[in-house]
Amino acid sequence: MMKNILGREIPGYIEGYGIVTQFEGTFKRGGIKVKKEVKVNSVTPSDEKVLGSIEEVLDKVCLMDGMTISFHHHLRNGDRVLNFVVDAIARRGIKDITLAASSLFPNNIPLIKHIRNGVITKIVTNYMSGPVAQEISRGILKSPVIMHTHGGRARAIESGDLHIDVAFIASPTADTYGNINGLYGKSACGALGYAVSDAMCADRVVAITDNLVPYPTCPIEISQIYVDYILKVDSIGDPAGIVSGTTKITKDPVGLKIAKMASDVMVSSGLVKNEMSFQTGAGGISLAVAAELRKYMKENGIVGSFASGGITGYLVDMFKEGLFRSLFDVQCFDLEAIESYVNSHKHQRMSASMYGNPDNKGAVVNNLDIVILGATEIDTDFNVNVTTGSDGAIMGGSGGHSDTAAGAKLTIIVTQLTKARLPIIKDSVTTVTTPGESIDVIVTERGIAVNPKRIDIINKLKDTNLPIMTIQELKAIAEKMTGKPKDIKFSNEIVAVIEYRDGSVIDVVRRPL
Amino acid sequence: MEINKPSKAGTMESNDIYVMLMPNPKGGIEISLHSIVMKQFGEEIERVILDTLKGFKVENIIVNAQDKGALNYTIKARIETAIKRAQ
Amino acid sequence: MPGNTPAMLQDAGILGADSIILDLEDAVSLTEKDSARILVREAIKNVDYSNVEVVVRINPFTTEFSQRDIDIIARVKPDTLMVPKATEEELKAINKILTEIEVQEGFDTGSIKLIPIVETAYGVENVYNIIKSCDRIVGVLLGGEDLTSDLGIKRTKEGEEVFYARNRVAIACKAMKVDSIDTPFTDTNDFEGLSKDTFKARSLGFTGKAAINPRQIDTIHSVYAPTKEEIKYAKRVLEAMEEAEKEGKGVFSLDGKMVDAPVINRAKNTIELAKLLVLV
Repeated sequence: MMKNILGREIPGYIEGYGIVTQFEGTFKRGGIKVKKEVKVNSVTPSDEKVLGSIEEVLDKVCLMDGMTISFHHHLRNGDRVLNFVVDAIARRGIKDITLAASSLFPNNIPLIKHIRNGVITKIVTNYMSGPVAQEISRGILKSPVIMHTHGGRARAIESGDLHIDVAFIASPTADTYGNINGLYGKSACGALGYAVSDAMCADRVVAITDNLVPYPTCPIEISQIYVDYILKVDSIGDPAGIVSGTTKITKDPVGLKIAKMASDVMVSSGLVKNEMSFQTGAGGISLAVAAELRKYMKENGIVGSFASGGITGYLVDMFKEGLFRSLFDVQCFDLEAIESYVNSHKHQRMSASMYGNPDNKGAVVNNLDIVILGATEIDTDFNVNVTTGSDGAIMGGSGGHSDTAAGAKLTIIVTQLTKARLPIIKDSVTTVTTPGESIDVIVTERGIAVNPKRIDIINKLKDTNLPIMTIQELKAIAEKMTGKPKDIKFSNEIVAVIEYRDGSVIDVVRRPL
Repeated sequence: MEINKPSKAGTMESNDIYVMLMPNPKGGIEISLHSIVMKQFGEEIERVILDTLKGFKVENIIVNAQDKGALNYTIKARIETAIKRAQ
Repeated sequence: MPGNTPAMLQDAGILGADSIILDLEDAVSLTEKDSARILVREAIKNVDYSNVEVVVRINPFTTEFSQRDIDIIARVKPDTLMVPKATEEELKAINKILTEIEVQEGFDTGSIKLIPIVETAYGVENVYNIIKSCDRIVGVLLGGEDLTSDLGIKRTKEGEEVFYARNRVAIACKAMKVDSIDTPFTDTNDFEGLSKDTFKARSLGFTGKAAINPRQIDTIHSVYAPTKEEIKYAKRVLEAMEEAEKEGKGVFSLDGKMVDAPVINRAKNTIELAKLLVLV
């Protein structure tokens, strides 16, 4: 069995996936890239795009066995479109469909029966959680699921590596000729960053909307020139599941301590200054870090160039206070973010490709100074796992993790050292999502470890009062508290292939026993 | 020590372990363990329970434990508390 | 930290406090006193509390729990026991018990310290005698909630009603050269109020303040923190003192002013506090 450069055992060929291009490093596969040819069915003035039913849609797009269909996940756990379309496809007796959904959530539980019945035989996604993820970890799919990063999925679509026959785009607002936006309507979700590559490259594109408006709508996020058909339904999603009220900063004192330490690391790095750029996650500790940064920026009169990512109300507040000149938004996490996106033209959308595709002329992650990320597991080589839990089952996925970590000047992981008796730091992670060379600093409540390759950061931090130690020392502290966990045993069956953002395979997930 | 009556100790909160002890008419030690970290620490948790029981010379007991990630010293403390309450 | 909650005992040492109080009294229900006692005993033996002072608040000496608390906890050598509503007689009795335990366990005599809580009218009036009652006493905690309850009056944020008690405790502690710890500020969401309250205590001479939530620690520390100018000046005073000693001079001046003992003492205190708060 071959071991790749990170020591992971990955075969040269995987049944249900194909020939494996081994991961060689973060920026080793650049150069001249060719975009795919896109087939377009031209439309004349007499053609009608608005259709009457999902059955008519499936007829018109000639949905057949073996095709690949795609969906975005901007409606998150409130999405109704994916289940609706797949149910209709199943009813027609169609089989062997490849589902390219940018993420799957607990409410996609009906997929389990479609997988068992052979309607869906392949899945390509960036993130999955809930029962579908658990069942896939148990091996119910014949072929391994392919997991991309957000930037990597856009790369795969634009290069033709992932060919989409029909893209179904849940559209909070669509006009009668197919112009789409996510700003208005009862299921408004804000920026539609994850749908753009699908719209531009799929053979057929169908907008499914619960808010069909007269032509033309404004603004146009996805243009009519990409959309074949429009279908109106009663509801594309449940607002309660789409966006939370506002995402909140953690109140846990340990989380707050971690955030303060992370903030001290950022400041000591010298990167917190005018024109800085910043990205953080939507979780409690990540937002607490933003809160610390906000305080520091205000006290020192610092104005950053941009903040990016999935945008939350907290970042919007910082933007409104003038701490950042602009926001780059790939998805809106809450109502405040949507409202800002609607009202402020310096709060701009970035498509998934603009966000993190390594094969275009420069993604936003290339301009990032600092990113704050989480981890399920970290190993002594600084490799990070956000794909599987410690029981070996899939419960996440890179999302933008690998993309931002690769691009940012300073990548900081914030995490508790132990979670419910499990040490976060291990000799070897269960799954490598993001390679250690992209990870610079690990901040936990009991100590901070710096990647030995970043001598510049080590020098900057050694004169502070921060508890800097080696990652082995941090691991030892964790194990002294919890004891050393037994390793999970795995079968030989590969249930997921983890593709790095450049299309190479960085790791696989085998079925846990 | 003998377990003279059923007893319990601990809570179902994070990092704690909820233990229920009962006399064992069949004799011997029976442990029924559910843990959120069963695969990684199941054996270790059982070992700590057994060691604690041995330390108090308990030889006949049924232990029912629901673990939410308790560290070893917490497991020891809760078992000891339950043993003392069962006197 | 409530003594029966493992999750909190685990993290107590890393939250930035100088001392942690593992509580067997008010934060533990009557039916769980035994459970908490054993858990705290095991925590002290196993958790790394090396960078904080470990204080265990036992139950009042008049309760059935107290003697068991002392017997079990003292044997694992906490730094300090905190005694609610303690009287001189009770503290003398506890002193005796602790001495016996220290001999049995081979600890240095007097190694386990005591902090009585002054939280009754009697306690406030007798604080000087209470401190004098035994050598183990290293400080006094003022308990404002129970005190106002004892007096049958309202407890307020402004704290006028505890002004005398604060004054008396701070002065008595200073007279006996022990620490004085101010009563906690109970509104955990009001950081401005906490800052004002801590400042009041500090300006009356309290050497410390109790926090009832880890989020209060930073605010309390920043009130007590010497400013950069104060630290700079203190350093200069001590440097000038060293110079003067080298030159065999008894008295010396700095910036044209005579530097005498009180100035030197204040400088030493400032540097010590700065070191404690990791400002130097």
